[in-house]
Amino acid sequence: MPSFYHETHTIFGTHKSKILQWIFSIDHKRIAILYIGVLFTLFFCAVGAALTMRAELFFPGQQLIQAQTYNQLFTFHGVTMIFLFIVPGIAAALGNFILPLMLGARDLSFPRLNLLSWWLYILGVVIALSSLVTGAGFADTGWTFYAPYSIRTDSHVLSTLIAAFILGLSSILTGLNFVVTIHRLRAPGMDFFKMPLFVWGLYATAWIQVLATPVIGITLILVILERTLGIGVFDPSKGGDPILFEHLFWIYSHPAVYLMILPGFGIISEVLPVFTRRTIFGYRSIAISSASIAGIGYLVWGHHMFTSGISDIARLIFSFLTFLVAIPTGVKIFDWLATLYKGSIVLATPMLWILGSIINFTVGGLTGLTLGALGPDIHLHDTYFVVAHFHYTILGGVVFMFIGGMHYWYPKITGAMYDEVKGRVAFGLVFVGFNMLWFPMFIAGFLGNPRRYFDYLPTFTIYHQLSGIGALLVALGLLLVLYTFYKGLKEGKEAGPNPWRGTTLEWHIPSPPPLENFSKIPYVDFDPYEYEDGEPLVQLDENFRRIR
Amino acid sequence: MEQEMAYDRQGKSYPVADFKDDYSGDKLGFWVFLLTEGMMFGVLFLLYGIYFYRHTAMFASSSADLNIWLGGTNTVLLLISTYTMGVATLMMRQGKVKLSATLVGLTIFIAIVFLGIKASEWGVDISHGIYPGSKLLDAKDTGEILFFGLYFVMTGLHGLHVIIGIALMSWVLLLMRSGGIRPEHTIVMKNTTLYWDFVHLIWIVLFPLLYMIGA
Repeated sequence: MPSFYHETHTIFGTHKSKILQWIFSIDHKRIAILYIGVLFTLFFCAVGAALTMRAELFFPGQQLIQAQTYNQLFTFHGVTMIFLFIVPGIAAALGNFILPLMLGARDLSFPRLNLLSWWLYILGVVIALSSLVTGAGFADTGWTFYAPYSIRTDSHVLSTLIAAFILGLSSILTGLNFVVTIHRLRAPGMDFFKMPLFVWGLYATAWIQVLATPVIGITLILVILERTLGIGVFDPSKGGDPILFEHLFWIYSHPAVYLMILPGFGIISEVLPVFTRRTIFGYRSIAISSASIAGIGYLVWGHHMFTSGISDIARLIFSFLTFLVAIPTGVKIFDWLATLYKGSIVLATPMLWILGSIINFTVGGLTGLTLGALGPDIHLHDTYFVVAHFHYTILGGVVFMFIGGMHYWYPKITGAMYDEVKGRVAFGLVFVGFNMLWFPMFIAGFLGNPRRYFDYLPTFTIYHQLSGIGALLVALGLLLVLYTFYKGLKEGKEAGPNPWRGTTLEWHIPSPPPLENFSKIPYVDFDPYEYEDGEPLVQLDENFRRIR
Repeated sequence: MEQEMAYDRQGKSYPVADFKDDYSGDKLGFWVFLLTEGMMFGVLFLLYGIYFYRHTAMFASSSADLNIWLGGTNTVLLLISTYTMGVATLMMRQGKVKLSATLVGLTIFIAIVFLGIKASEWGVDISHGIYPGSKLLDAKDTGEILFFGLYFVMTGLHGLHVIIGIALMSWVLLLMRSGGIRPEHTIVMKNTTLYWDFVHLIWIVLFPLLYMIGA
């Protein structure tokens, strides 16, 4: 059967040129692969920036780069990692590919809108990167663009702001597409509580994208107008209030944290049942906790502003609400642990990444509680403790989940298998390197090393040097992941439709899937994770009629 | 096209929804989009509310400088235009394509008049030296700077939406000619009408906030 690699439909009908067939394709699978390509290219650029910074920080004092270059590097690293990589990340790449397959749909609700999202994303990327080579250099504001500095600085903030706005638009359209797809295109019989948990994660994410992103969009436009026209809304010299900028920024950017993590949680909930060969524990509580994390995630933005001079009452309330988010997150973690309990665990590469991510994310989450408590936060605010905390959640958590998901669906996407041994070695390198990179930063931050400075006191040297070595290990491991995937593509053996013995609908169709996925749409009268004696319970025949 | 069916184990059949020509999906998608627009304007209303609370007197006196008659005329115009657009959709569904096209054309015309009046208002303000960042304005009280800052941003963003609305309605006219919109297939037109309704609703809130608090 010809797969979607062999045939496609584009927005202009059919094309002879292979390249045009790709960049104008409205097939969700091809668009997902386009995203994967660009996302990971940018990811490695941002890793490069991080390594440069780490090299500068290996010894105290200035060796390699100027202080201003350092400011621009961390802004580039932050903007690229957050806006260009991890926010669109899992949803646009894996979500785009897997969501329709899991629902039993032939495509997303709006395939052409999906292509538009990708083009907007590329436009955003180009504008963001163009500021590297034009004007007075890349923005030096950090990825948060705090006013009034972002209004005053001479660096090229304008194009970065415009880029972030366009990327936001792209993200809104993807979210809208997912919401409608999940509401409209579930296969007959699949009610909300028969959807796979990855879909639940994407659903919660999509609502955050739709409801929060417009807020940052208009806020960034206001900063743009502030820089170009001087409207005064965030400019204290004209009566404007920079604290309001922080409120508006974080009312998006805190939910955006959940926008990154929720699809990742979805991946965990997919991988765990498959590699423990049993049904997931507490399906409903995991599904509902995704929705409640998305909901509560809206109400906690103030914990980024404990030291900004907001009132004590507000600080107490935000601190309390921040603790509340830990409850649904804890529910998930315990559900996953209960799934592992007495499961026949298969330590394949995707499972290793997932287990690693649970460990890292737990460290990140618990230190998040430390920061959410008022007293400690006053001490730890803007130190390396914070940097370590969010790298534990986002890099150690989300990116680990993302890479785990990439391994898990690799056979489905490519139709080939990667080399298991290389995969495990790569995981080992990254996991050890990661903890070596970030754990010392907790201590350095606790002892008072501030973040975002290109220099530090000599007492902190040991922590930065440990970090530097860890960073090298992580980079090596990531390169090995890349090499493993490349090798798998070249000489990997054929995967077959269901190499992991998974139960969700995408494993019932050939790998790689044909154009429009399902020749016949199945009727879904089963739960997503039904195992019997470690084997998938449900079987469909070639017409997608259930035979068992 | 025949309705596709899925079959369960007993052989019972269930209709399958497809992504092509999914009327409810198209409608739902547009409502979700309007939700994002609402969030965006919501931020501006929020900012307005906060600064109004802090500079109530200055906001009222600055508002009195605006021409309430021109603003009022624009409000009435938008009300009429949303009516003509709504009736146009109704007529389309009843099969009166020509009448419908005329009404859409009329809506576009009113929208252009709206923009003309808006432009003349801005022109007067600017010729008096009142625009964001001008020396005259920056020398005034902070309440006044903020009011006019918000005034230009909010009416500007609304004006941008009017322009997009004109583009959308022109597209609707083109689709009517090419048969992309037919009496039995009106989803694009319906969504455009919804959009235009939204644009007029935003103005209904903007008008009292900007023009009437000083009256």
